[in-house]
Amino acid sequence: MKRRVFAYPYIVWMIIFIAVPMLFIFYYAVNVNGTFTLTKFLATIRDGGKWSTLWLSVVMAFKTTVICLLLGYPIAYILSNMKKSVAGFISVLFFVPMWMNFVLRTYAWQAILEYFLPGLLHLKNGTLTGTEGAVLMVLVYNFLPFMVMPLYNTLSKLDKSLLEASRDLGAGSLQTFTRVVLPLSVPGIVSGITMVFIPAITAFTVPALIGNGKYNLYGNEIELAFKTLSGQGDYAVGSTLSIILLVCVLVSTIIMNRVDKDQQEGGKLW
Amino acid sequence: MKKFLAVLLTCVMLLALTACTGSKEEEADYSFADGDQYEYIGGSLNILNWGEYIDPELIEIFEEETGVTVNYTEMTSNEEMLIKLRSPDCVYDMCFPSDYIIEQLIASDMLLELDKSKIPNVKNIEERMYGFTDVFDPGNKYSVPYMWGTVGILYNKTMVDEEVNSWDILWNEKYAGEIWQYDSVRDAIAVSLLRLGYDINTRNPDEVKEAKDELIKQIPLLKGLGTDNIRGSMENGKAALAVIYSGDAFACMDENEDLDYVVPDEGSNVWFDNVVILKSAKNTEAAHAFINFLNDANLAARNTEFIFYSTPNGAAMDLLDEYYTGNETFNPSDETLSRCSVFHDLGDFVNVFNDAWYEFKSNLD
Repeated sequence: MKRRVFAYPYIVWMIIFIAVPMLFIFYYAVNVNGTFTLTKFLATIRDGGKWSTLWLSVVMAFKTTVICLLLGYPIAYILSNMKKSVAGFISVLFFVPMWMNFVLRTYAWQAILEYFLPGLLHLKNGTLTGTEGAVLMVLVYNFLPFMVMPLYNTLSKLDKSLLEASRDLGAGSLQTFTRVVLPLSVPGIVSGITMVFIPAITAFTVPALIGNGKYNLYGNEIELAFKTLSGQGDYAVGSTLSIILLVCVLVSTIIMNRVDKDQQEGGKLW
Repeated sequence: MKKFLAVLLTCVMLLALTACTGSKEEEADYSFADGDQYEYIGGSLNILNWGEYIDPELIEIFEEETGVTVNYTEMTSNEEMLIKLRSPDCVYDMCFPSDYIIEQLIASDMLLELDKSKIPNVKNIEERMYGFTDVFDPGNKYSVPYMWGTVGILYNKTMVDEEVNSWDILWNEKYAGEIWQYDSVRDAIAVSLLRLGYDINTRNPDEVKEAKDELIKQIPLLKGLGTDNIRGSMENGKAALAVIYSGDAFACMDENEDLDYVVPDEGSNVWFDNVVILKSAKNTEAAHAFINFLNDANLAARNTEFIFYSTPNGAAMDLLDEYYTGNETFNPSDETLSRCSVFHDLGDFVNVFNDAWYEFKSNLD
């Protein structure tokens, strides 16, 4: 009972920095210049919901997640099979860039894609910023560690005797991988997907810095709505767009949790 | 490993330090041209200004001369500044807003009428500036011009072989993917309005709509919409044409001699960033002294050399060398200026501009 006291600061923190801002979003979505009205909210959902950009963001997040998984799984698998000390050292190298601020890293990519790579590849007049591929690449770069981390954790905790047993029972290395390692690493995969997909769908800095203001995702639409319309005291459009994105994040979290739970209850997925 | 990292880090820092001191040329002259008129004032002065928009040396000298502690804050846009100034616990004594924002601040009665007897150095301001600033600050009672310039086209002579004299070139398909548009509602729509032969301060919704439609047509040709990032891109020859402020253009041309800047024949916007004192200012004595200090001919010359933006200070212009004064970008002729006009605050009509801008932006990607 007494231990609960220690949770209070955290609860207060959550109320101030999570619950209250959320309430503000809902408040401003249905409040135009001090009067309560649903018209702006409904109008925004009906014809200003930026559905095509939302779809673009979802597709982008999906691509980012798939590429991160395809790249991250082998990395994590190789790392987990290395000697602990070597693996530790390599994973430190892997995470060193993360000590640097996210925005700074993205700025670095802006310079690489704008000047360095085009120079190296002798692209005439061309730069690589402002394209979908560039945004995707930088998203993958930024989120890859979030995929590798949970995968590496899961795979390194895998009981090696299970693998030996599988080999003893006559499975080849491929079969051991597909029928033992892969199913057992599903919790890692799921949390990796969650940790990449959700930040990717709400990506804002990367398209803002790499997209040249031309390639925008949903986060940028929200910024734009606040920036251009808030001068008129209109926070409703921006807030409504934020709510739409919040719902998307919520839905994906629920799906992920469902998959995770199913897995724990007997691995129905596989 | 740790020790190695520490040594490496120290080396890098030392290198950076020597690089900084190494790049400084011979000691610049920071003496007063208009005499040392400063006595001890004390207290503190809270200044809000654009990023990299003052020679930091000046602040140090001012602090030494007057004993005032300067708290200097930077902002990135007029809109951000407005939010800060309107907040109930605004601490700023003075700031450097642009023309149409000053008009707005005067209308909402937020500015202090300047006591010109405390600013004898305003005599240095070129007379022709007042013709423009009078438009947004009638009688020039509330503000003193700080920096000014035009909006125009910066182009790379190696990539553009025709003569650049019209905004039309920004819609030329030959340069698809090599054009930078300015990411700011008033500036971008002004470019489109001027090209169509309309006034940049139009209050006709049809004209704004037409300008917006033209901007939408321009999208496939754009390399992007930018602000500060345009400079690096142009300096490195990564784009052919860009809408840009003259001060930034001048800085780019200093880095890359293939670049040239032009104010198109259809005319353009001439803008001003003036210094103002807020009504809520606590240390008006120091604020007036600071404005006077900034307008000392010699210090204004040092300041403009640091920022690369044009100074409205005529006495400072006389002290600058030919590289600055002979440059049409830095020192536009009266003929060029006769084609330019100042932005007005649009009042509620600004919503028409904002809605058009929002719709234009929704057509991207």
